[in-house]
Amino acid sequence: MSDILINHVYKRFAVPGNEVVALKDINLDIASGEFICLLGPSGCGKSTLLNAIAGFSHPTEGSITVGGRPVVDPGPDRGMVFQEYALFPWMTVFKNVRFGLEVKGVANDVADARVRELLDMLGLSEFGERFPKDLSGGMRQRVAIARVLALDSPVLLMDEPFGALDALTRRSLQDELLKIWARLGKTIVFVTHSIEEAIYLADRIVVLTYRPGTLKRDIRVEMPRPRDAASPEFNTLKRELSRLVSEEQQRHEAAERAGLTTD
Amino acid sequence: MRRNTWLAALQGAVVPLVLLAIWQAASSSGLVNAKILPSPVAVAVRWWAYLAPAEPYDPANGGYVAWLFSGELIMDAMGSLYRVVMGFLVGAVLALPMGLAMGASRAAFRWLNPLVEVLRPIPPIAYIPLSILWFGLGNPPAIFLISLGAFFPVLVNTIAGVRQVDGIYLRAARNLGAGPLTIFRRVMLPAATPYILSGVRIGIGTAFIVVIVSEMIAVNNGLGFRILEAREYFWSDKIIAGMLTIGLLGLAIDSGVTRINNHLLRWHRGLEH
Repeated sequence: MSDILINHVYKRFAVPGNEVVALKDINLDIASGEFICLLGPSGCGKSTLLNAIAGFSHPTEGSITVGGRPVVDPGPDRGMVFQEYALFPWMTVFKNVRFGLEVKGVANDVADARVRELLDMLGLSEFGERFPKDLSGGMRQRVAIARVLALDSPVLLMDEPFGALDALTRRSLQDELLKIWARLGKTIVFVTHSIEEAIYLADRIVVLTYRPGTLKRDIRVEMPRPRDAASPEFNTLKRELSRLVSEEQQRHEAAERAGLTTD
Repeated sequence: MRRNTWLAALQGAVVPLVLLAIWQAASSSGLVNAKILPSPVAVAVRWWAYLAPAEPYDPANGGYVAWLFSGELIMDAMGSLYRVVMGFLVGAVLALPMGLAMGASRAAFRWLNPLVEVLRPIPPIAYIPLSILWFGLGNPPAIFLISLGAFFPVLVNTIAGVRQVDGIYLRAARNLGAGPLTIFRRVMLPAATPYILSGVRIGIGTAFIVVIVSEMIAVNNGLGFRILEAREYFWSDKIIAGMLTIGLLGLAIDSGVTRINNHLLRWHRGLEH
């Protein structure tokens, strides 16, 4: 059974004097428990597609169902991790992670125990009473991951979550995420513009084209994990993906030079 | 660190001490008329007399502490403080919900903002004639004027605070399953507190200005009343003593509010503890 079904999805934006087709006829079946990366240069509509799955914006045409239910609103069945962390700065780490449980109406002692378990799992036990401003970027993203894991949602949506982190922190969070995924069996839709990150993480990599955003290529990654970035298979795939992505990047730059876009 | 603090305090005292010395020299030499500008020593003596209990201690009239605080200055300061607190509370309690509504709802903003924009530039002092007509004399007109002074800063900052809430927090909260009421209470309100509290600080400052003015017209005690009364008797030393008291009280209120703010905003970036 497919966990996420994306059916003929179009997304058009009105811009002054023009119309941008951000997504054009996207069809995608994502299986339950699959780790999928959406890859492409900026402006290819990968975040637009993620936001549509999250329910933050509605497709102009087409439909999206998650776990058999059509997406109409954002909801805790599709936990989202943002690049900007989006932690509530006025809450301690503990309260941030607890927020979703409180909203759900989980009993106090059950919620507390669950939060402690999650903080422990992400190596945050010592930081429960800190405020987000006192944490590093990597720590903040760990808290954000703990916060969506608290929802126990079958689907995790991640919008370039490690994009703002340094290379070492990034790798350690990628490993952490793979561990969590192996342990909890979530379906993960992960947006990135890093080819290496996509190969390191995903079961399946979907490359999107620059405006209009369409599916350019859908590649299954069969390499066993942990994957070695120095291995020949890794680099063969990397070369192929680089070629695909840079074609789209060139279209993006051409559009910029023609003054069609500023993003 | 500690040495620097002392040094800074010492540095800050230099200019006032020099000015005091010049002032004292000018007075002692008879260069200025003591009726116009009394000497610092005369002001200090008068200040003490103003502060000290008027009657000798008598256990029959209540406890020692009550006697200790029975001086005219203490009574005046308490009177002024009472009006500031009451006026501020009335103003803020009205401004806060209205500001939250106007910040959160475009419709509420469209309905109310034109009225607010017309009334806001009218200084509270311009309401003095009307306040006497409506409330007579005594505390009610004073509290009315002070609440007006506190109302607008709190209102305007609350509106701005709610409007500047970063959309990413709202998106995160919706994603975590929060409904509109939870989002308002647990996301928009705390996210707006830095703005609201700076409105509170400005509001209290304005309330303190208005209390002095209102005491000059409507009531028979308070620091504002006292310095106007002293002018009628040509007690310029008492005028200056009263003014310095006003300054110190204002400073005490402001540093108290700042400390509360720092505690409430301890999560906020870029705050010194």
